Amino acid sequence: MLLVDSEKCIGCGVCEANCAFGAITVEDGCAVVNDSCTLCGSCVDTCEPGALTLEGGEKKALTNLGEWSGIWVFAEYRMGKVAPVSFELLGIGRNLADQRGVPLSAVLFGHALNDAAAELIASGADTVYVVDDPRLEHFREDVYGRLLEMLIREHKPEVVLAGATAIGRSFIPQVANILNAGLTADCTQLAIRESDGMLLQTRPAFGGNIMATIECPYSRPQMATVRPKVMVPLEPDPSRQGEVIKVSPPDALLSSQVEVLETVIGTEDNVNIQEVEILVAGGRGLENEKGFDLIRELADELGGAVAASRAAVDSGWIPYPHQVGQTGKTVCPKLYIACGISGAIQHAVGMQSSKTIVAINRDKNAPIFDFATYSLVGDLFEIVPLLTEKIRECRKQ
Amino acid sequence: MDILVCIKQVPDTKDVRLDPKTNTMAREGVESIMNPFDRHALEEAVRIKEAHGGTVTALSMGPPQAEAVLREAIACGADDGVLVSDRAFAGADTWATSYTLAKAAASLGSFDLMLCGKQAIDGDTAQVGPGLASQLKIPYITCVQKVREIENGFMQVERMMDDGYDVVRLPLPALLTVVKDINEPRVPSLKGKMRAKKADIRCCSAADIMADENCIGLAGSPTQVVKVFTPPPRGDRTVFSGTLEEQVMQLVQQLKTYL
Repeated sequence: MLLVDSEKCIGCGVCEANCAFGAITVEDGCAVVNDSCTLCGSCVDTCEPGALTLEGGEKKALTNLGEWSGIWVFAEYRMGKVAPVSFELLGIGRNLADQRGVPLSAVLFGHALNDAAAELIASGADTVYVVDDPRLEHFREDVYGRLLEMLIREHKPEVVLAGATAIGRSFIPQVANILNAGLTADCTQLAIRESDGMLLQTRPAFGGNIMATIECPYSRPQMATVRPKVMVPLEPDPSRQGEVIKVSPPDALLSSQVEVLETVIGTEDNVNIQEVEILVAGGRGLENEKGFDLIRELADELGGAVAASRAAVDSGWIPYPHQVGQTGKTVCPKLYIACGISGAIQHAVGMQSSKTIVAINRDKNAPIFDFATYSLVGDLFEIVPLLTEKIRECRKQ
Repeated sequence: MDILVCIKQVPDTKDVRLDPKTNTMAREGVESIMNPFDRHALEEAVRIKEAHGGTVTALSMGPPQAEAVLREAIACGADDGVLVSDRAFAGADTWATSYTLAKAAASLGSFDLMLCGKQAIDGDTAQVGPGLASQLKIPYITCVQKVREIENGFMQVERMMDDGYDVVRLPLPALLTVVKDINEPRVPSLKGKMRAKKADIRCCSAADIMADENCIGLAGSPTQVVKVFTPPPRGDRTVFSGTLEEQVMQLVQQLKTYL
């Protein structure tokens, strides 16, 4: 519970202004906490008179924390290849493992895995646990979940990372739940706290308007899903040495009543907009489906992919997998070019962590200009073709 | 088919804008609404009920004012609403929330299907659906974009993936989380609104659902927030000037690293 010491409270209102949840109001010169309080504690630190305290029962560790050691990365394998995010995880994982002085392992499930294990070693893994079985060809939440749970119980890693992809976001919460482990979704920063080796997991909250750093002080493993395109993979080194450990789980773990009948590949252009470095996005300003031809042309010229605002998707101009924003996907490409998108907060939360943002809009008051790195006010039907042409020229030189 | 739908009340961000100076969200006058993804889950539940018979119960965990979204659910076709509310739930992370909702679901008796939105727009974790299925020990599929058929205790659904979709068959009882592509939610009917107004919303405390006090709220949460901070402001902003052609040329200069 958040307690207010009415003797100390001076009614300054700093806590009210800082509360992201609207849970504190100053009434009659004293802070009052309402039911929206999530006990995040951010007000406690900002209260100069020290009138706020968080009261919680002393918690005890659920497990012997010292028994857990090593950094693990779940390597996602689908349609004959390792997902790019898995190499990014090995990049940050290597860093964390070296800081902790522990090995970095990858876990690989699938069938007909080719050179995947060797690729993981070249990208930083010391050990790869491989389960290769025809029953793992298709992703099934329960089977993948039980296997990862079994391996975690057996080897007790202190940290388990997975990509915040359709697959990672689907089955990792199940594993965390069954292990009573803490799990942080969609992390954008991971670090080891020097004093006690704890994993500090930072994620955007409220659509990126605030950042929250989270820890799991009493449970192991410390689990996190990490957004694609945030972490940097190591340069693959084929001479790196590592160990491949083949695991043969009991049959019962591999069978399930859940059955994948068919896999249909294909968003319009077979591109996952969360995995590309350059996105060109179109919104209501495109006026119709044909407007996307301009967007596509520019995207092709840049070697990027096409994204869209909700307005464009709801108008049926482009399918839902391309939608960026609160009810679509969250992306953070290196370059995001927003054409004819006003930049309402629902869109902003899905793309504002992009490295460079270009906004092209007729309305000079459009909110998109508030967070664009480069702004062009004008008619997109003139600007976009011109931009495509100039880029083409520039690339030829 | 007896269906449970989980619904969360979240702050509406429709009229909210970022303050470019402080980079914070202006919260004044922000209303609370039904989480948009949950609206699609509710609609799907009502459609399944209309096709196969049965009941739809809306379940929410939250402060007392979350009752409003349950009434709205009834207006949109749910038969009744149950609110799980207790000060002891405060500070719950996704683990404790999954546990609490699972205990509540168990206390309501048996069901054939549980539906949730893919994620809530305030937390964006997408963890409670799978966590809940794990607690209830039932199969689940996330990000369902279409329910193809329900027959002989099995259902066939399309699960949206990053690169397309999978067609999956799974036994009931089961839990699905849905994306917004699955349907177009209806607006409440007048009759529904009348019913919602009169409906008795059952309210359950931690004791009512026989929750273990060590598993709920802050005490039951393995994750803890260490600090909350405002992200560093975005770097410089450049507004180009000149003719359109000049502006475009300036932009191309800036984008050279990407070419």
